[in-house]
Amino acid sequence: MQGVVVLGGATRSGSISTLSMEDNNLVLSSEDSSSPDESELELGLGLSLGGTACKPQQHYARILTAKDFPSVGSSVSASSSSSSSSSSCSSSLSRANVTSGTKRSADSVAAANGASQVVGWPPIRSYRMNSLVNQAKLPATEEFNSLIGSSKNSNTVVGKGTNNCSDKNNGSAKENGRLRSSLFVKVNMDGTPIGRKVDLSAHRCYETLAQTLEDMFHTSTSTISSIRSSGEEHDKATRSSKMLDGSSDFVLTYEDKDGDWMLVGDVPWGMFINSVRRLKIMRTSEAKGLGNTLRSEERNGRQKTNPI
Amino acid sequence: MYFPSKKKNAVYVSPIKQDIHPIDFSLPTEPMNHKRKNPDPSPDSDEPTTQLSSPFPDEVLERVLSLLNSRKDRNSVSLVCKDWYDAERWSRTHVFIGNCYSVSPEILTRRFPNIRSVTLKGKPRFSDFDLVPPKWGAYVHSWLLVFATKYHFLEELRLKRMTVSDESLKFLALSFPNFKALSLLSCDGFSTDGLASITTHCKNLTELDIQENDIDDKSGKWLSCFPENFMSLEVLNFANLNSDVNFKALERLVSRCKSLKVLKVNENITFKQLHRLLVLAPDLRELGTGSLLQDLTPRQHSELKSAFNNCKNLNILSGFYEVTSIFLPVLYPACTNLTFLNLSYAALRSDELSNLLIHCPLLQRLWVLDSVEDEGLEAVGSNCPLLEELRVFPASDPFEDEILHGVTETGFLAVSYGCKKLHYVLYFCRQMTNAAVATIVQNCPDFTHFRLCIMNPRQPDYQTDEPMDEAFGAVVKTCTKLRRLAVSGLLTDLAFEYIGKYAKNLETLSVAFAGSSDRGMECVLKGCPKLRKLEIRDCPFGNAALLSSFRKYESMRSLWMSGCKVTMDGCRFLAQEMPRLNVEVISECGNDGCQADKLYVYRSVAGPRKDAPPFVLTL
Repeated sequence: MQGVVVLGGATRSGSISTLSMEDNNLVLSSEDSSSPDESELELGLGLSLGGTACKPQQHYARILTAKDFPSVGSSVSASSSSSSSSSSCSSSLSRANVTSGTKRSADSVAAANGASQVVGWPPIRSYRMNSLVNQAKLPATEEFNSLIGSSKNSNTVVGKGTNNCSDKNNGSAKENGRLRSSLFVKVNMDGTPIGRKVDLSAHRCYETLAQTLEDMFHTSTSTISSIRSSGEEHDKATRSSKMLDGSSDFVLTYEDKDGDWMLVGDVPWGMFINSVRRLKIMRTSEAKGLGNTLRSEERNGRQKTNPI
Repeated sequence: MYFPSKKKNAVYVSPIKQDIHPIDFSLPTEPMNHKRKNPDPSPDSDEPTTQLSSPFPDEVLERVLSLLNSRKDRNSVSLVCKDWYDAERWSRTHVFIGNCYSVSPEILTRRFPNIRSVTLKGKPRFSDFDLVPPKWGAYVHSWLLVFATKYHFLEELRLKRMTVSDESLKFLALSFPNFKALSLLSCDGFSTDGLASITTHCKNLTELDIQENDIDDKSGKWLSCFPENFMSLEVLNFANLNSDVNFKALERLVSRCKSLKVLKVNENITFKQLHRLLVLAPDLRELGTGSLLQDLTPRQHSELKSAFNNCKNLNILSGFYEVTSIFLPVLYPACTNLTFLNLSYAALRSDELSNLLIHCPLLQRLWVLDSVEDEGLEAVGSNCPLLEELRVFPASDPFEDEILHGVTETGFLAVSYGCKKLHYVLYFCRQMTNAAVATIVQNCPDFTHFRLCIMNPRQPDYQTDEPMDEAFGAVVKTCTKLRRLAVSGLLTDLAFEYIGKYAKNLETLSVAFAGSSDRGMECVLKGCPKLRKLEIRDCPFGNAALLSSFRKYESMRSLWMSGCKVTMDGCRFLAQEMPRLNVEVISECGNDGCQADKLYVYRSVAGPRKDAPPFVLTL
């Protein structure tokens, strides 16, 4: 099923409007077809629509800035879902498909952030597109944007969930030769081909991190678990993370500076931040035998050596 | 060389040029065997004769022709006369098929019996940008089935934009005992399990090149499947795979494969591991690094630098996922002979790039991110006099940046002043002017590939507010060797008039969000004699444009039009008039059948697709 944001410009009685908004660098154009009397573009947002929305002549409601539709952000985040960009029922209605797929994702967060995207533009291959991250050249004030940027590969509103912690951890300069106000680490999930990046410096506790990751990987039933002892950090999160009770199919692990794989949540947050290199959401079945440390069997080919 | 017995009454199929020419179809009435067309300078040539055989034995002719590698030459050769046609087809060992649906495997294998190496391209290029729905087609499996019987000794398979399944990969691994080289670029449909089949069973593998595929990356175990006595690998590229491989297995592999020339690892390989690999393989010609991100002690720094220093043959460097400044100097010793530097995953600053380029005097090709900004490109202009190709990609999503970074016309200008040999450019920028482009092509008139992407659709010259027509006018007027052009910015029909009038060598044209009326496309179709690929999106071209020179499509590989104004009636008309074209409309659900939103037209000797999914309507 495809979540599609239908962004349309309204035209009444067949008039064609072309707006170009220089400062937004985006253009709304609704180009008429051969039957002007039927060219009524629907103004609306919603999920992928069935036949009702498929008016034959509406095929150019392409790009709008979210500034025209201040409600875009919340609605989009609620309605977007992960699917391929192909079978859009409303494709005849709108070309501004804000969709995501295994290839590229036109990010709903982007829409929420004040920009919308045209499918397949700019013409960059999906692999490269997925590698685009706001690199840490941004000054500290850009941290929020950079967090959004880091989740551009996901189709959920990452930013919303991560600010429950009281103050942002402005992170530490983790990299030599470069002052970073953000700390991006890669996150991979078993079974998901494309990794993501998350900015750890935007979190101060495991809970929000877990929330973020759950949103990011769009697990429908909060299947990420494994934060055990830090379960005390209850939050006002709308749903409690299953990270705490180990009841899900997945565990959250991380690789530390020494190359060891550890369960997330065992050490104080600050220590975690200082040693984490990257994250991995593993299937619980694969993480069996995981004590406090896990030697990745792929790294050195040995059996797991740690008894529980 | 192995020559199966000849069949003198072999089917006379059309020559496969770069693509298929349906026009040149097997017409026995074509004057192919007139002696006077035979350039052979034998004394018999002035004699009006019915004697048709070549004065020297076929085997000699074949031996001579087997030295021909260029497919353009081979296609010309095959048109000379029937004997040459036959000799060419028996001696051809590599075939390139630009559109997998233009010919069938049966036709191919019938014409060329001795193929060892196949290159196949599948989906239209715009599928890279998500404009083609999944499960569109381009399945390699049907080809493999035929190859298994007809090309039992197949050695190389290079696929681009094809759908490949794990089953196909396993079949490939088991069916071809001599199989040596597999290259998958921008393909989809398979997982790392399929790769494991290859590494397990292909005992003679020399090349495994996996790039930018939509792959189900389950694990890195495929690498561990190489047998312990396997040592023939020369090329290994797994840079775009995300899963961890077993590093010890990789190390052992590298140490065994003494002929390894190309090694591109993924970003999970640390610099320490990279160091060990470099020590094992100092003869590498091409290296793709992993992540260069961790803390580096002085000793590690000098060790790594020394390892790079020992790589005397390094010509190509890539990778650089997440590199920090501190690592760049270790590369300097390796840069002396560098001809191609791919930094397109590393968001370097201008000073970092500048310092690096000082050590790369022989650089011919450079790919960077626009994080280097105009200053970085000025450094390119200053330090790389031999540069022939430059690609500048955006470092971040242009629609999300509140602050405008990136490159402008200034950077491009700077490069053009310093790099007189520049002939290939791909440039993503946020602003451009007509005047700048005019100057650039004056400085570098030898462009063969000019791909300019002003990232905001329909953006005019930011200084004059005029359309960018004159910019591309200057390009086509000045660059007479231009073969590939991608346009952007605000363009009226005038730009296309220029293109039609001046771009006489143009083969590929990409157009998006441009033009004012049908006239634009008409000018191009009427004017560019060598046009092979035309891809258009979101332009106001309709049926009149589509049908203005419809015969031309038979001389082209393909036409793509999406988001334009063509209707189903127009497409049906085209299909009717041109039976040797496949006219396909991708119809996404809900389409009432009036607008033809995505049109793909291509010539084919294989007839309509038999494997088209329901959303592809063949008219």
